[in-house]
Amino acid sequence: MRKLWHFHGGIHPEERKTCSNTHPIQPAGLPPRLIVPLQQHIGAPAKLLVSPGDKVLKGQKIGQAQGRISVCVHAPTSGTVTAIGLHPIPHPSGMLDTCVIIEPDGLEQWCPLTPCEDYATLTPAQLLERIREAGIAGMGGAGFPTEVKLHPPRYDKVNTLILNGVECEPYITADDRLMRERARDVVLGMEIMAYILTPGECIIGVEDNKPEAIAALKTAAKGTRIEIVTLPTKYPSGGEKQLVKILTGKEIPSGKIPADVGVMCQNVATATAVYQAITFGRPLISRITTLTGEHIAQPGNFDVLIGTPVNWLLAQVGHQSENTGRLIVGGPMMGFTLHDLTVPITKTTNCLLAASQRELPAPPPAQACIRCGMCEQACPAELLPQQLYWFAKAEEFAKAEHHNLFDCIECGACAFVCPSSIPLVQYYRVAKGKIRQLTQEQEKADHARERFENRQARMAREAEEKEARRRERAEAAAQAQVSKREQTTTEGSQDKSAQIQAALERVSAKKNPDNDVSRNTAVAAEASQPPPDLESLKKKLLRAQDKYDKMAAALEDAKQHNSDRVEALESATVSSREALAKIQAELAAHPEHKATNVATPPQGPDIEVLTQQLHKAEEKLQLMLATLDDAKANKPETVEKIERAIEKNRERVAAARQALSEARNLGNNETAQPPAVHSRNAVKESP
Amino acid sequence: MTIVVVAILALVGLALTFGALLGFASIRFRVEGNPIAEQIDKLLPQTQCGQCGFPGCKPYAEAIANGAPINKCPPGGEATIQALAALLDVEPLPLDAEHGEEKGKLVAVIREDECIGCTKCIQACPVDAILGAAKQMHTVIASECTGCDLCVEPCPVDCIDMVPVPATLRDWYWTRPDANRMQIIATDKMNEACAS
Repeated sequence: MRKLWHFHGGIHPEERKTCSNTHPIQPAGLPPRLIVPLQQHIGAPAKLLVSPGDKVLKGQKIGQAQGRISVCVHAPTSGTVTAIGLHPIPHPSGMLDTCVIIEPDGLEQWCPLTPCEDYATLTPAQLLERIREAGIAGMGGAGFPTEVKLHPPRYDKVNTLILNGVECEPYITADDRLMRERARDVVLGMEIMAYILTPGECIIGVEDNKPEAIAALKTAAKGTRIEIVTLPTKYPSGGEKQLVKILTGKEIPSGKIPADVGVMCQNVATATAVYQAITFGRPLISRITTLTGEHIAQPGNFDVLIGTPVNWLLAQVGHQSENTGRLIVGGPMMGFTLHDLTVPITKTTNCLLAASQRELPAPPPAQACIRCGMCEQACPAELLPQQLYWFAKAEEFAKAEHHNLFDCIECGACAFVCPSSIPLVQYYRVAKGKIRQLTQEQEKADHARERFENRQARMAREAEEKEARRRERAEAAAQAQVSKREQTTTEGSQDKSAQIQAALERVSAKKNPDNDVSRNTAVAAEASQPPPDLESLKKKLLRAQDKYDKMAAALEDAKQHNSDRVEALESATVSSREALAKIQAELAAHPEHKATNVATPPQGPDIEVLTQQLHKAEEKLQLMLATLDDAKANKPETVEKIERAIEKNRERVAAARQALSEARNLGNNETAQPPAVHSRNAVKESP
Repeated sequence: MTIVVVAILALVGLALTFGALLGFASIRFRVEGNPIAEQIDKLLPQTQCGQCGFPGCKPYAEAIANGAPINKCPPGGEATIQALAALLDVEPLPLDAEHGEEKGKLVAVIREDECIGCTKCIQACPVDAILGAAKQMHTVIASECTGCDLCVEPCPVDCIDMVPVPATLRDWYWTRPDANRMQIIATDKMNEACAS
C-alpha cells in the first residue's frame, strides 16, 4: 500500500455523478454538419490545409501544426468541406474563430493509416512525431499539446509518470466510464508513454468514488508495473499540482511545472488517444463527453466526433431547450456558461451540463467580505484568497502578484465556501488577464522605445555623415582656391610693380613737363614697355573673372557652414573683385578694344547654348509624352501629374524657342550693323 | 592648546579623507542621464505620437522630471497618469483634454491600391513600422505600429486609416464580475423571480 500525502484545503461538493455514470458509453452518431475549429489546444492554431469544396476522408489532416506548441487537426469523418470561416467556438468570450465546416457523406471512409502493432519497434522520437501528427492535446480540459509535454525534461529524468483518472469535479463521468470500459486501452497507452519517458514508476491515480473503474484498471494492469492508487475523494485532487502532492509528497515550486520535480501527469483519456494513434494510426477525431444535468432526458456518456454541434447533440439526448437553466461546458466548478448552442464539441470538451435552476441556481448577490477566512481554509494552492480579492478588486496588481496570484489554479473552492458568496475566482481571472495584458503592453512599449531610439541614432548618424561629406568638399574647394591664388598673386604682383613704376614715372613726368630728360626717359620707358596687347588683357580678364566666381562660391559655402574662414575669404573676394574691376577698366581703356568691342561677333555662343537648351527641352518633352502614354496604359493615377508636368515643359520649350529666335534676329541685325557703325565712326572722326 | 590643534588636525584630516572618498565616488559611480526621467520614460506608452506637445516620449519624460504636468499623454490615459502619480508622489490629475482624448488601441492601415509610393509616411513613422520604397507600394507592419497616427497627416492621397485593433481570442480576458451587476438583496431577487 502506497503512502499518500494530503494537500491543504479542498472541499467536498455534492458529486451527482450517478446520473450519468450508470449507462455505458454510446456512440453519438453522425451529425449533418461538423464544425472543426483550427485551434482546440493551447498554442498556435493549426495551418489550414483544405479549401471549400475539397473532399476529405475520415482522419485526413485538415490543419497542420505550426510552431513548437501546436498540434494537427483532422477531419472527423469523410465528406465535403463546405465552408471555412469564422464560427462561434466553445470559449467563455463567446467569440468566433476559424473553423472548417464539413458536410459528411455518411460513408465513414477512412484515409490510409499507418498502424504499428508493436510500439517498441519505433524510437521515442518517432512516437512523439506520430503523437504530434495525430493531433493529441491534453483531454482533461486544458488542451496542452501532449507531444510537447511528453518530451523528457532537459536536465532531470522523469521519475514518476502519473495518469490522472481522478475526475474530481461533480457531474463529470467521462473518464470514469472510459476507465471502466476501456481500461486496457488506458494501460496500453500508459505503456507507450512509459516507453518514451522511461520513468522509475507508473501510477494511475483514481478517486475512491469510482470502485468499478479501479477494479477494471487493476485487472487490465495485472502483469505490468503500473500501480493503481486509490485516493480519498476531495475536490480538487485532480489538479496537477495537488495530485503530485498526494501521490509523491513533492511540492511543485511557484511558476514551475511537475517535470521540474521529476513528475509528469497525463490524463487517462489522453493515454487512450495515444494508444489509438500509435497502434491503429488513428488521429484524435472523437472523444467521450458527459451529457448530464436535470434538463437532459437521457444523461450519459457519448463517444462524440470532434466538431459535432452542441445543439444537435443535445437534441439527440432529449434536451429541454425551452427551460431556462444554464448550459455549462465543463464541470460546475470550473466550467463556463455557453451562450450560443451552435458551437462544436472540441478535443477538450469533457462535459456538457444542462442544469436546471433548482440544481444550479444563479449565484446570490455578493455581500461584503466578513474576513471569516474560510477561503484560506479551502484554498488548495495555500494562497490567501481574501488578500488576493482586495488587491484584484482595487486593481493593485503588483501586490496581487506578490501574493502569488499566478499560482491560483482557479478551482473555485474559495468562491464555493464563501459565506458572502463573493465571486472570488472571477476577480482573480480578471486580475490575471489584466496583468497579462499589461505585461504584453509593457513589452510592446519597450520594443517601440528600442525601435524609436535606433531610428533616432540612425538619423543622427546619417546627418553626421552628410555633414562630414559636405565639409570634405568645402575643404577640397578651399584648398584648390588657395593654390590658385598663390599662382595668380605671384603673376599679379609682377604686373602691379611694373604698373606702379610706370605710373610713378608718368606722375613725375607731369610734374616736370620741362624736364626733357625725365620725359624722354618716361617716353623711353613707355616705348620700351609696350602697352599690354589686347589678347593678354582679355585672358587676364577671363582668369580674374573665373577666380572671382570661384571665390564668391567658396565664400557662400563657408557662410553656410559658419566656417571660421569667412572673414579671410571675404577680404580675398573683395581684393579679387577690385582686381577684376581694374582689369576691366584697363581693357575698356585699351585703344584697340574700342574698335574690336563693337566688332566682336555678338552672342555667338549664346545662340549655340540656346539651341542646345531647346533641343534638350524638346527631348525631355518627347520622353514625357512617352511616359504619359505608358502611364495611361498602366498607371492611370499618375496621368494627371504627368500631364501637368508636360504642360510646364511645353511652356519651357516655347520660351526657349522664342529666346533662340530673338537671339538669331539680334545676331543678324548686329552682324549687319558693323559697317554702319564703322561708317558712323568714320564720319565722326572725319571732321 | 595642543589638544585644540590636534582636534583641528584630526577633523581636517577626516574632512580631507571623506572629501576625497566622496569625490572619487561621484566620479566612479556617476549616473548618466536623469534616472527619474528614465523611470518616467518606462511608464509612458512609447507611441512617440507627440500629442503631449513634446517630440516623443523621452522628451516628455524629461519635461515631467523637470516639473511638467503628468496629464498630457492621451495614449497612456488614466492608467499612465495613475502610475506617474504613484511614481512621483503627486496628485493624479484628470487627462488634459487639450492634448486629445483616450482612444482605444489603434493601428495604421494603408489602402494599398491607393498608395502612390511617395515615402512621406515612412519618414514620418517614429518606429520604422512602414515598409516601402519610392514609387513602390507601402505597407504597415501591424505588430510594430504604435497607433500614433503621425503617418496620416503627411499622406498626400489620404490612403492611411487608423483602425481600432480588433479584440482576439488570444488576448481576451474576463470582465469584472461587479462591472454591471446591480447590488440587490437576495430576497428581492427571489421575489423578482416569483413575479416573473
